[in-house]
Amino acid sequence: MVPLGHYLILSAILFATGTMGVFLRRNVITMLLSIEVMLNAVNLAFIAFGRSQGSVDGQVIMFFVVTVAAAEAAIGLALVIALFRHRESLNPDVFTSLKW
Amino acid sequence: MLLFYLFGAIAVGASLLVVLGRNPMHSVLLLIVSFAALAGLYIGLEAPFAAVVQIIIYAGAIMVLFLFVVMLLNAHREDDAAGAGPRLAHGPLRAGAVLAVLLVVELAWALTRAGRSGGDLLASGPGADPAALQSVRSLGNVLFTEYSLAFEATSILIIVAMVGAVVLARRES
Repeated sequence: MVPLGHYLILSAILFATGTMGVFLRRNVITMLLSIEVMLNAVNLAFIAFGRSQGSVDGQVIMFFVVTVAAAEAAIGLALVIALFRHRESLNPDVFTSLKW
Repeated sequence: MLLFYLFGAIAVGASLLVVLGRNPMHSVLLLIVSFAALAGLYIGLEAPFAAVVQIIIYAGAIMVLFLFVVMLLNAHREDDAAGAGPRLAHGPLRAGAVLAVLLVVELAWALTRAGRSGGDLLASGPGADPAALQSVRSLGNVLFTEYSLAFEATSILIIVAMVGAVVLARRES
């Protein structure tokens, strides 16, 4: 039996990988993909905790996270398409209209 | 036990390649590999329905959406533009990398402390019945009684996201 701590450390590594992607990458689509990696790391932690507590709550919350991820992907990609149409670029440094 | 390390290694390796890869198309495809490995981990955690949801909704729906946008924007040439890709030379971005490393240390510390109280998986669960955990019936029971308000809220969220996506991506005329 794999101890709970191993699942949690794996979840932490995945979450940090996603965070690194959001900070380091200069491509809007890759940043959105990194956010998906982070959400999945959280899902893994939820399910591992739910399993160790012997309740289905972890899985239920995982479904809500998946729903939110779907909504986030739809909105994020719509924004990417709109931005690309205006600026012909995917580099977030180009979108500075709201900066001052 | 062996499967855990196999799937974990696949998930971490694929996620790293997603984050560090230069081609968004490869990133999307590798992320599907990572999701499949996570689905294998969910089966190891005796959550088969979660694994199925992971494959159908994440790999099947969300990633297809990403793939569609990457192909629509013809984006694989965008990344070699000036300033694209990982830039470790710049101060704020280097700070970001340091923050990510700090984050993994912090998370590992906090989560191992949280996990230590639990000890072995399923060793201390109160009503730990694996059959009840796995069954979709008990999952549905909890989802539509205890979490029914959150369930309705997510349905509204989906509608808002759908309308918002249509409005945002529409070509203004």
